[in-house]
Amino acid sequence: MTTRRPMRIGVLAVAALALAAPARAANITIKGSDTMVILAQRLAETYMKKNPAITIQVTGGGSGTGIAALINKTTNLANSSRPIKAEEIAKANANGVDPGEYRVALDALAVVVHKDNALKELSLQQVNGIYRGDINDWSEVGGAPGRIVRYCRESNSGTYVFFKEHVLQNGDYAADCQTMPGTSAVAEAVSRDRSGIGYGGVAYFAPLAAVRILSIKKTETAPAVLPLKDGRPNNEVVWSGEYPIARWLYMYTTGKPSADEKAYLDWIVGPEGQQVVSDIEYVPLKGVLDGKKPAVH
Amino acid sequence: MVEGGSLMAGTAPGALRTASLEMPRAGGGRPGRRRGLGEAAIELFLRMNGWVAVMLIALIFVFLFKEGVQALFSIPLSDFLGTTVTDYRGNPKVVRMWQPVSELPKYSLLPLVCGSFLVAFPATLIAGLFGVAGGIYLAELASTRTRETLKPFIELLAGIPTVVIGFLALATLGSVLQGLLGTTYRLNAFLGALGVSLVIVPVITSLTEDALRAVPDELRVAAYGLGATRAQMIARVTVPAAVSGIAAALILGMGRALGETMIVLMATGNAALITLNVFSSVRTMTATIAAELGAVAQGGEQYQALFLVGSLLFTLTFTMNLIAELVLERMRRRLTL
Amino acid sequence: MRRGLAGLVFESLCRGLTFVTCAALISILGLIVVHGVGVITPEFLFGTPTEGMTKGGIFPAIFGTICITLLMIMMALPLGVAAAIYLVEYAGKGLGPRIIRAAVNNLAGVPSIVFGLFGLGFFILFVGRNIDRVLQTGLLFGQPAMLWAAATLAILVLPVVIVSTEEALRGVPVSHREAAFALGATPWQVVRRAVLPQAYPGILTGAILSVSRGAGETAPILFTGCAYFLPRLPLTEFLGIPIINPLDQFMELSYHIFIMATQSTDAQVTRPIQYGTTLVLVTLTFVLNLAAIITRNRFRRRLGAARP
Repeated sequence: MTTRRPMRIGVLAVAALALAAPARAANITIKGSDTMVILAQRLAETYMKKNPAITIQVTGGGSGTGIAALINKTTNLANSSRPIKAEEIAKANANGVDPGEYRVALDALAVVVHKDNALKELSLQQVNGIYRGDINDWSEVGGAPGRIVRYCRESNSGTYVFFKEHVLQNGDYAADCQTMPGTSAVAEAVSRDRSGIGYGGVAYFAPLAAVRILSIKKTETAPAVLPLKDGRPNNEVVWSGEYPIARWLYMYTTGKPSADEKAYLDWIVGPEGQQVVSDIEYVPLKGVLDGKKPAVH
Repeated sequence: MVEGGSLMAGTAPGALRTASLEMPRAGGGRPGRRRGLGEAAIELFLRMNGWVAVMLIALIFVFLFKEGVQALFSIPLSDFLGTTVTDYRGNPKVVRMWQPVSELPKYSLLPLVCGSFLVAFPATLIAGLFGVAGGIYLAELASTRTRETLKPFIELLAGIPTVVIGFLALATLGSVLQGLLGTTYRLNAFLGALGVSLVIVPVITSLTEDALRAVPDELRVAAYGLGATRAQMIARVTVPAAVSGIAAALILGMGRALGETMIVLMATGNAALITLNVFSSVRTMTATIAAELGAVAQGGEQYQALFLVGSLLFTLTFTMNLIAELVLERMRRRLTL
Repeated sequence: MRRGLAGLVFESLCRGLTFVTCAALISILGLIVVHGVGVITPEFLFGTPTEGMTKGGIFPAIFGTICITLLMIMMALPLGVAAAIYLVEYAGKGLGPRIIRAAVNNLAGVPSIVFGLFGLGFFILFVGRNIDRVLQTGLLFGQPAMLWAAATLAILVLPVVIVSTEEALRGVPVSHREAAFALGATPWQVVRRAVLPQAYPGILTGAILSVSRGAGETAPILFTGCAYFLPRLPLTEFLGIPIINPLDQFMELSYHIFIMATQSTDAQVTRPIQYGTTLVLVTLTFVLNLAAIITRNRFRRRLGAARP
């Protein structure tokens, strides 16, 4: 049949070209944290506008995905909203990868409820109890009676792991936590659920009118701290540690960064990159935007 | 007379529909006819292509089980049912949870299997109701013109990408349903089941229609001869005669429902619970693989566990397809005698 | 007449339920059109996503979808057609062909996520990594890429191609084959000159259907090559002409819908984009399926006229 031969030639041609084609030219692949993906994308967009020769491609999927990709050598840089674990470093080393760590921003983790929920503050203990399944009704924490519907992230999320380690004290989440694929899914779910509670990077929730960000008390007697100020993230309470659930945002390299990668990373922690961080409503590194040099790594 | 190019060709029902007519082959029984070397080479090439499908199924089998079996070595077998933890009072108790990322990784398969079936059963029931009714209508009640317009219409339903249905369930139907029924969880197994049923209705309709059409007309004529109304003929004669075909349709539909990924990933809430409450959130096997595979380091425990889940899923759907095929074989043999 | 009433109820139930099914389809399409049609502008269709994917267009996703389905059909069509020719023209009723047919049936019933698992475990990790080892190309083939995603999709649509082609071949009257043999043709000549030219529209139907199926599948490409955001198209230069680079990642319409609906920055803000993308994808599959139906009907009519 006359149409099959050209098709076979087509397949062979593509195969031949695939072998001839150069490896992905001058570009940086970044995978990882869903919390950081908007940030990473905006940073990439801004940087590429100034440096048209470089292409940066960004994929989300969760911090676990990024670090796994780093270990599997399927990415150049990994975004992570949690520090890399010792066993991950060991796995990476076994694969010939020596991860280098860069702290690029900070983030406050917000705990949110529906705007119609009268609750305004919770202690860390109470959040712990809610997410571990010990507290199941809003009346137990001072709200109107109703079943608590918990929303959390998938286990590959750095946010999931960070929350587990620092709020749940390494305990396990309750089995009935609704697992959402991204922070924006958590935000959307809580905004539609009067009895819902969720958590995630504050940048996702700050602009939403349908959710309320709770003030968190470090202990029962400590003052309640809101991670917002005038509707934007409150950098001071994050830098000072007053807000108890704040974290670093990291980028990891597969070893010594290439020249392009190093230039990009240096740009990110410099004033221009940090300005983008601040614009996207994450917390920039302390002191960079004031002109001082940051302590990064 | 063979039905040409159905839109569902290539799905399980389409493949099962192909009749096996015998084609004349040259060289067969003709003395003194020698085929050239070129002919032999072409035939060899075509034969190899034919075996590719077999090779692919075998490869899928091998690669899935190769990794999955390793999970059985690195994780104790009892862990797949439940894990023993110590509660805060120091007493041991068995929890059945799927929580691979944890101080104490838990790999119980029970919530996942329970979740898959809690979506698949209602979906098959709902789709079975609509599908069998549709098949009866198309085969027995509709005029030819109506059938010619409706059939492609229903097949179009089969052509909608599942991600679109999942998206609509998540964006619109979920809230509507919660408003109507007042459920605690907006995203639950029932919502997933509704979405999945949309996908398998065309499968069941098509196979039911085929099964009914395959019933010989003599049976219908005989029923009329005995004074039955049309409805009585359908309900008491035709449908019972085609019952194996309809059963096969339902089994195939359930297999398809078990294998559905995108709709359940977006609409069921993904909470690994063991429950019979269809309005609770569940986590299916397919959604677990889809959500977690991207994040695991290759060769690790969780990676192997996910391949084990995949192997289990593959085995389940494979078995269902096999049973359906056998049932259909039996029906074909019975009706053609 | 109680019996008459029960019968009437039964028939109306069947009729009613069927129409509910059709109504469901209409409302799905209606919903998508109503919410999506306002978003479709030339900028949407030809622009790239900007501002963290909350604005802009979806051209890279459209382009990626076209690329991946093209690659997929280039792999699946020759394979499937050859297999079908073997099954219909050469094979008899022995054990071998029965095993092949059973394999095709079972391939049709494999869940799509299992194909994704297979694509990752076999194509990327086994084939890709080994090619890298043999050719010493570092980590070029052993990563998610369009090539592997297309291969995974090709396996998924193989049953569609095989069954459609089989039906097309069987639609050609046996008398044509017998006549060709009587004139002294070899088996291959019979196939090539007498059967295939007539079966061509049916094979085309199968190809169109498989493209439609491949464009709509998401699960197999989740881990085998799809990307969240690519700043440039998966092209590369060869002698100055831009061609598709099969080792690149790609954006795709169905994946885009999934990502936008679940992981975008603000799902409410991007809702119009989600509906717009959905409309584009559904229109694409709809148009393809319609083309397949038309081709099939024309094929049937032509064959019907050709029958002695």
